[in-house]
Amino acid sequence: MNERRATVFAPATPPGRSALGVLRISGPAAAPAAEQLAGRVPEPRRATVAELRDPASGALLDRALLLFFPAPSSSTGEDVLEIQHHGGAAVARSLVEALGAMPELRPAEPGEFSRRAFLAGKLDLTAAEGLADLIDATSAAQARAALRQMDGALGALYVDWRERLLRALALLEAEIDFAAEEEVPDRLWAFVEPDLAALAADLRRHLDDGRRGERLRRGIAIAVIGAPNVGKSSLVNAIARRDVAIVTPFAGTTRDVIEVALDLDSLPVTLLDTAGLRDSDDPIELQGIARAKARAASADLRLLVVDDPADLPEAEGNDPTTLRVLNKLDLCRRHDLLPGVIGVSATTGEGLDGLLAAVAAVARDLLPGTDEVLLTRARHRTALHDAQNALERALALGVAGDLGLLAEEVRLAGRALGRITGAFGVEDILDRVFSEFCIGK
Amino acid sequence: MESHDVIVIGGGHAGAEAAAASARMGARTLLLTQKLATIGAMSCNPAIGGLGRGHLVREIDALDGLMGRAIDAGGIQFRVLNRRKGPAVQGPRAQADRRLYVRAVQDLLAAQAGLVLAEGEAAGLLRHGTRVTGVVTAEGRELRAGAVVLTTGTFLRGEIHLGTERWPAGRVGDQPAVALARDLEAAGVRLGRLKTGTPPRLDGRTIDWAALARQPGDEPPRPFSFLTTRITNPQIACHVTRTTEASHDLIRAHLHEAPLFSGQIAATGVRYCPSIEDKVVRFAERTGHQVFLEPEGLDDHTVYPNGISTSLPRAVQEALVRTIPGLGRAVITQPGYAIEYDHVDPRELDPTLELRALPGLFLAGQINGTTGYEEAAAQGIMAGANAALRASGRRPDAVLDRAEAYIGVLVDDLTTQGITEPYRMFTSRAEYRLMLRADNADRRLTERGTGLGLVGTARHARLLDKLDKLTRAEALLDDHRLTPPEAATYGIRVNHDGATRTARQLLASPEVDIARLATIWPELGDIAAEIAEQIEIGERYAPYLKRQVADIADFRREESLDLPPEVDFAALAGLSGELRALLSRVRPTTLGAAARLPGMTPAALTLLYRHVRRAA
Repeated sequence: MNERRATVFAPATPPGRSALGVLRISGPAAAPAAEQLAGRVPEPRRATVAELRDPASGALLDRALLLFFPAPSSSTGEDVLEIQHHGGAAVARSLVEALGAMPELRPAEPGEFSRRAFLAGKLDLTAAEGLADLIDATSAAQARAALRQMDGALGALYVDWRERLLRALALLEAEIDFAAEEEVPDRLWAFVEPDLAALAADLRRHLDDGRRGERLRRGIAIAVIGAPNVGKSSLVNAIARRDVAIVTPFAGTTRDVIEVALDLDSLPVTLLDTAGLRDSDDPIELQGIARAKARAASADLRLLVVDDPADLPEAEGNDPTTLRVLNKLDLCRRHDLLPGVIGVSATTGEGLDGLLAAVAAVARDLLPGTDEVLLTRARHRTALHDAQNALERALALGVAGDLGLLAEEVRLAGRALGRITGAFGVEDILDRVFSEFCIGK
Repeated sequence: MESHDVIVIGGGHAGAEAAAASARMGARTLLLTQKLATIGAMSCNPAIGGLGRGHLVREIDALDGLMGRAIDAGGIQFRVLNRRKGPAVQGPRAQADRRLYVRAVQDLLAAQAGLVLAEGEAAGLLRHGTRVTGVVTAEGRELRAGAVVLTTGTFLRGEIHLGTERWPAGRVGDQPAVALARDLEAAGVRLGRLKTGTPPRLDGRTIDWAALARQPGDEPPRPFSFLTTRITNPQIACHVTRTTEASHDLIRAHLHEAPLFSGQIAATGVRYCPSIEDKVVRFAERTGHQVFLEPEGLDDHTVYPNGISTSLPRAVQEALVRTIPGLGRAVITQPGYAIEYDHVDPRELDPTLELRALPGLFLAGQINGTTGYEEAAAQGIMAGANAALRASGRRPDAVLDRAEAYIGVLVDDLTTQGITEPYRMFTSRAEYRLMLRADNADRRLTERGTGLGLVGTARHARLLDKLDKLTRAEALLDDHRLTPPEAATYGIRVNHDGATRTARQLLASPEVDIARLATIWPELGDIAAEIAEQIEIGERYAPYLKRQVADIADFRREESLDLPPEVDFAALAGLSGELRALLSRVRPTTLGAAARLPGMTPAALTLLYRHVRRAA
């Protein structure tokens, strides 16, 4: 009745420069794959060095470290083979090609490892999301946030909120269902109201974190804007070529906005090279410009690039999220440089360190501190927002309100929060009621 | 050999409703009970309804059941609970004159065509393989039937505990059903044990009423049944007193003689505390517990002291009662006691209340682990309807869902969650509480019941008449309009947005009702109170109801994902052994039902979901 699970493989580390790369294979054909590549299946859970050869040609691909986790004691609950190979695109590519040539293996879909772990009951939903983040973490800071979520710092906060809401709901439900019986005081709302007001305020504060958690997850978006031919693309390329930045070009972006992911001093950054902003009559180009404008507007940080100091607008107000950059410094006279303007030369590399330091400083302000609990998922934000709104409506109904409606709003808040923490059932509520009140005929 | 379409065993609240429902569905029905005289008897408190339970009674009535009409004929004090807390959480409750109530139930049964009542004890089931084909009586008579409804109440291997005394009984003065329990076990049905209790009864002539707080009913009393226009019984008041420190000291001193604490009763404990000894132990810091003194009848001196259920020894009960203000000289006419009885794990039932292991056998009431007359009656009506369908060779499909009725919540909770203590209905159990109101039970269920064949023509006509009046009243309200400045001249506050509002739209504000609008437009005064109330609630709750309707659509989508009966849960890879066992045992019929199983994980559901889709 059960279809035989396909065996899947995928690089577990992002492509790019690094000392080591990790490839994972999960499924019933993981052990046979080891057999074909290394000539044997390593002892379970023991790091084993092996020479990996292409099964077809016999060519040596790499000397790598193999780890084998037989089902069910693995991250996905299936047989898992982990290959820690030497860094470099060529090694990774040759391994992927060798695995892809095995008929019982196929490349994993995005998130498939987490999904398999989830299906095997290895992860709950919050943990699965944390892991998904960990897997596509492109920087150390992102990985730390993902790990913290799995450890449950965020979970602990949610559990506290859930607990408080549950208590409020239990009191309201007790007044509804048992006030006619003995010993449940009337007007329990008076006790509940301050608690709910405090909870609503906590949620509001938490949501009001400037979306820093989300930013950490998807990377800080930096739009490089400016008129055509001021050297935006050269600047992006110059930054991307620097040793401080590990670069991953994203595939599939539009022709108008090129995205480049960088690990900038452990901070996740996405550089957006927008199309030149200029007047045009060409409808297709106009579309590109509109997209670029929208993308620039929604970016967290903008680099406004000019090649002539005269083109620099006066600093409007004091917008810290727009850095003014004068390119082609090699062609300008230094004394033209205004205060607050960063001079660089994409051609000579002059001033790039200063620019990157300035970007990192602003980026760090946009990201949460390491000990802060993060909202790393838009889904969580939506749920918390729904909960907060329902609580505000309940508080607005207030003491004279219809208790049925009031409880309904608090129930809705509970359901919204339950989307993150797991639903709370009527039995949880009744347990509370019965532990606090003596109820019986 | 004697033969019927449906045989109902037991004449309590579940049995009476089941028999009447089966007969209304057109099945030739036999109700078999140990004593004809005790059909419809209230073994415990003389009251019907309350929160959640009152909702159940209104729904039973909407399906043309007996309970609502019976309590209207037998009620001697009516109160709507939570009157000021909003329409969705209001529950009707009434004190009954025991004798009048029993007479009303028996009169309704006697008037029911196609129903025969017979005295006798069912000692076993006739079976053809696992298919139940009838009943064997204690005298060895074989009665054939297309389906059997079993409603044993506390009788199934019942045993009474009173202090250190214990004896087999179904209720005080009645024999337990022992042979039947053995027969069920022989057929492979696993039985569990539950416990309930009842307080001592007092002689009202020995109570000092003048010393006690009086609790009158509503004036005028509001009937339960959609068919009743007026309550004609004289109405009485109840009185309230409370236990004292002296009561609690006495109980503590005698705990070793209480069967609940001496180990004599082994059945599972409950979270809510039905006996006074439980309350004193669990809430040791309390200095008093309320006791409601409820008269058992108009010409009956017996008083039911609601709140002091106990199984302490007789002598301790005598002393205990006298520590309570107003009861210093009170005489006990019948001591309180605890009773243990067998029940079936309701997760072994289909949502039709048919026992999976024994097709043709339907269970209702306390045998399924519930407590309360109303819970029993609610199951009775559904089990009776499904038994009639089974007997006629049709597919039993009289199943209400959680979005339709408290009855649906009850049956779904029982058959998917199982029970760890006697199950009682609360409004908090209903997800769609704003929708499932006592006031609109007829609009929710009477048409549905008509479709099932449960509802007679008179009641259906009554519903159609009401719906017609509603439509006309709404049209009348829509004919009258006010601009914001006009509204202001009448003291009605609305946003000054330039939008003209109909009289119906003005009702969205809680300060506006139809009576107030009738001061502006006198012709609105012609709208009957019952109709006005429905429209007012509908308008005031409209935004909430709209959201619940959307939620219900989601809920029904999950409910419509059938888990095919041939799914081999035991063979599903990726599930924990525990969940595999649970699923194999409960056999949820939809993905929604599976989701509600305790201990169900999102991972397991995802797995099941893939299964549903593959099967579809």
